[in-house]
Amino acid sequence: MSTHAEAIEHGHGPEAAHEALAHHFDNMEQQREAGALGMWVFIAQEVMFFGGLFLAYLVYRMQYPRAFMAASNHLDWKIGTFNTAVLIASSLTMALAVWATQVGRSRKVQVGFMAATVLLGLVFLGVKAFEYHDKYVDGLIPIAGWFNPHDPIPAGVTTGQYQMFFWLYFAMTGLHALHMIIGVGIIAPIMWMAWRGRFSPEYHGPVENFGLYWHFVDIIWIFLFPLLYLLGAHFKGGH
Amino acid sequence: MSTQTTPEARAQEWRGRFPTVNYLNADYGIKSWLLTKDHKRIGILYLISVTFFFAIGGAYAAAIRLELLTPLGDLMQSHTYNKVFTHHGIMMVFFFLIPSIPTTLGNFLVPMMIGAKDLAFPRINLLSWYIYMVGGALTFAALLFGGVDTGWTFYVPYSTNFSNTYVTLAGLGIFINGFSSILTGLNFIVTVHTMRAPGMTWFRLPLFIWSHYATSLVMILGTPVIAITILLLALERVAHVGIFDPALGGDPVLFQHMFWFYSHPAVYIMVLPGMGVISEIVATHTRKPIFGYSFVAFSSLAIAVFGFLVWGHHLFVSSQSVYAGMIFSLISFVVAIPSAVKVFNWTATMYKGSLSYDTPMLYAYAFIGLFTIGGMTGLFLAALGLDIHVHDTYFVVAHFHYVMVGGQVLAFLGGLHNWWPKMTGRMYPEGWARFAALVIFVGFNLTFFPQFLLGYMGMPRRYHAYPPGEPMWQVLHVMSTGGASILGIGLLIPGVYFIWSMRYGRFAPANPWPATGLEWRTPSPPPTENFAVTPVVTWEAYEYRPVEEMEVVGPGAPDAPAGGQHPANRGVETEEQP
Amino acid sequence: MSEHIVPRSTYYLVFGALIVLTAVTVAAANFDFGPMNDVVAMTIAVTKMMLVLLFFMHVRYSSRLIWVIVASMFFWLIILLLLTLTDYASRDWFGANVGGIMSR
Repeated sequence: MSTHAEAIEHGHGPEAAHEALAHHFDNMEQQREAGALGMWVFIAQEVMFFGGLFLAYLVYRMQYPRAFMAASNHLDWKIGTFNTAVLIASSLTMALAVWATQVGRSRKVQVGFMAATVLLGLVFLGVKAFEYHDKYVDGLIPIAGWFNPHDPIPAGVTTGQYQMFFWLYFAMTGLHALHMIIGVGIIAPIMWMAWRGRFSPEYHGPVENFGLYWHFVDIIWIFLFPLLYLLGAHFKGGH
Repeated sequence: MSTQTTPEARAQEWRGRFPTVNYLNADYGIKSWLLTKDHKRIGILYLISVTFFFAIGGAYAAAIRLELLTPLGDLMQSHTYNKVFTHHGIMMVFFFLIPSIPTTLGNFLVPMMIGAKDLAFPRINLLSWYIYMVGGALTFAALLFGGVDTGWTFYVPYSTNFSNTYVTLAGLGIFINGFSSILTGLNFIVTVHTMRAPGMTWFRLPLFIWSHYATSLVMILGTPVIAITILLLALERVAHVGIFDPALGGDPVLFQHMFWFYSHPAVYIMVLPGMGVISEIVATHTRKPIFGYSFVAFSSLAIAVFGFLVWGHHLFVSSQSVYAGMIFSLISFVVAIPSAVKVFNWTATMYKGSLSYDTPMLYAYAFIGLFTIGGMTGLFLAALGLDIHVHDTYFVVAHFHYVMVGGQVLAFLGGLHNWWPKMTGRMYPEGWARFAALVIFVGFNLTFFPQFLLGYMGMPRRYHAYPPGEPMWQVLHVMSTGGASILGIGLLIPGVYFIWSMRYGRFAPANPWPATGLEWRTPSPPPTENFAVTPVVTWEAYEYRPVEEMEVVGPGAPDAPAGGQHPANRGVETEEQP
Repeated sequence: MSEHIVPRSTYYLVFGALIVLTAVTVAAANFDFGPMNDVVAMTIAVTKMMLVLLFFMHVRYSSRLIWVIVASMFFWLIILLLLTLTDYASRDWFGANVGGIMSR
């Protein structure tokens, strides 16, 4: 509020003349603050959106622990670990892209970090597609009439319970992957803006806010990885 | 200024005094409206579309009441009736009640009340209207193609495994519409945090802003959960993966938990903005500061928070654990406290106030009484034992219509009357408006009060027939249908005179009531960026003084004498009735 | 308030910590801690999340308002999970179950 009041007192400072300042804001600081706050509120919304899936996971996991462990063993933890590392690396490059705009590094550095982020994101998605194909080959697509596990289901676990894990797996990772695809779609115009030299220490809201989104997607994966891939690691050979 | 001048002369004078360019005439043509980023124009767009969906929902309500006029299902078959009440519920809840006040009055007033030029994200604001229209169009298409028969609650497993109607399409429309709600809430929260005028501290904000802030919280934290729930419902319906299917190990009650996690707080999305409107009207039309400002402000937040903790009271008879039921029942009673704080404080505000009988205040009187009845009967339903008796009966129907229609719709109408001069620059006809308010009040009570009795006697909701051997039931149903006819006519009257007033109404001064809010310190209708100069707030909220001492400020800063004293005090305003 | 610029070294350190924690959570999954399995996995996940939130997402250097938003999103998520679980956890108490799926 104080900055706002000062801006009124001093009239429109030189900062206000920035080409990226929207007409209804008083100064760049107010605009940046509003953008970041909006992004955070949006992330709060996203947390609740994924929250519904986590609730379903929790309820069914509590009821069918053995089925979930057995089904979890069908996921390859090595691939999962690799993908986790890839996503964390893409978060790092994104953080560095934000840093590059904050300190005003050249547009090549900015675009370079963003391109690395996109590349790592695409690697993640490619691996994910490969995993999905694996599940298809093993008959683990949880659609009525399609679900037909080739490996035997352990005793005391029904097909329905087994399927329960796999629709959760597909819904959770699918929604996560969808967020990454949307992310790649959003960063493309931001990269273009960066290439045109639009971002500077004074104005880099889009990069910063996209970074927040990308890190949020990373956090979701940080939870999905142990919940989906690592349930039955110690249980190997037990069924 | 003499009070003898004719309206025409005064209009000329005001047109001369105020900037002739305002948000309505700043730009012309359909494109200037469909691509506008002005929060006021978007508010008007929303007003038109919300009214459209309200009319559709109202038509279905008329069909329901006609069918129940006689005990036998002679007007339509049970399957048709299922669709009719479902369409009524879907249209009213998702496309009228939830967006109505925040997207119309809220869009129009939130930036003006805090002294901002626009909402923080004008493009997102316009996007939210388009999302709303796409969602509405998809759901409306589902109704036209053949309809939905699951009830607005979409309970599984009926909606997933058995219903062969357009559940997925309607669900998709509601899913999409949810994002419009989320974006509106996001915009409000960011705007209130970052765009307040200098000096506009949190405790100088009008209570309308507090209630919209609380509403936005619910929109942002609740709506995504209904979105994912509908997504899962569609997934289950299309792919039959067993999410809610007991045969595959799923739990249908999980759907109810997820559904009501949003849909109960959604009740507060509907009624909280109405409470904000009533707070403004009560202060303005009793010419007193709201009694216990901070209590009313925080009660909005308390309602928003506690509203999230009570959803289980919809599941008392759904095989939910009785122990969870006890917790939910207890917390449901707690929500009554902040609601009661508001009612008591409005009443205390009126005490020894300068009460007016202008139309907005008539709606406020009605709101306070009807909301109290609706709220108190809510406590009946929150009680574990009594709920088993009245669960899914007309008692429930009457209860939520008292809150939704008696509360929200009347607040919406009251707010429209209160700010109509600001929105259009024209006065509505006061005599007709008072008459319509009376008709609506009578019609409403005649419609819904008999339903309490019917429900208590055992009339279930969602039935298209009832036993002819119970003469009392038909008497009450006939009363209800008669009341609904009166209510329908009452609702048409404002529709007619509002449109009439846009061309023939008297020109409205900047501050017709005269009120203290910032939105009244700019011309009617306001210029595109609301204020010629960013206002600096040096006064507390609702600093009312006698009308004669009220310094009403014209265009520009509050201290500028440009507007000076203008003739729009109450005596002048009410003497010329058409 | 002007923006705080996090030095690059911090980012590299956080990245290293995240990779190490990923390795730890994979290693821990190979041991059976009984009922503590999920506690261990979730503790590590929450630690990783906090690192991302505080440093990559700059929450550590942000205004109190951002802290409130972050706190409230967790608060509401916990409401959703915990209050729903009061139902599932207590359905079997004292044989009071009236046909919920927990009985099977």
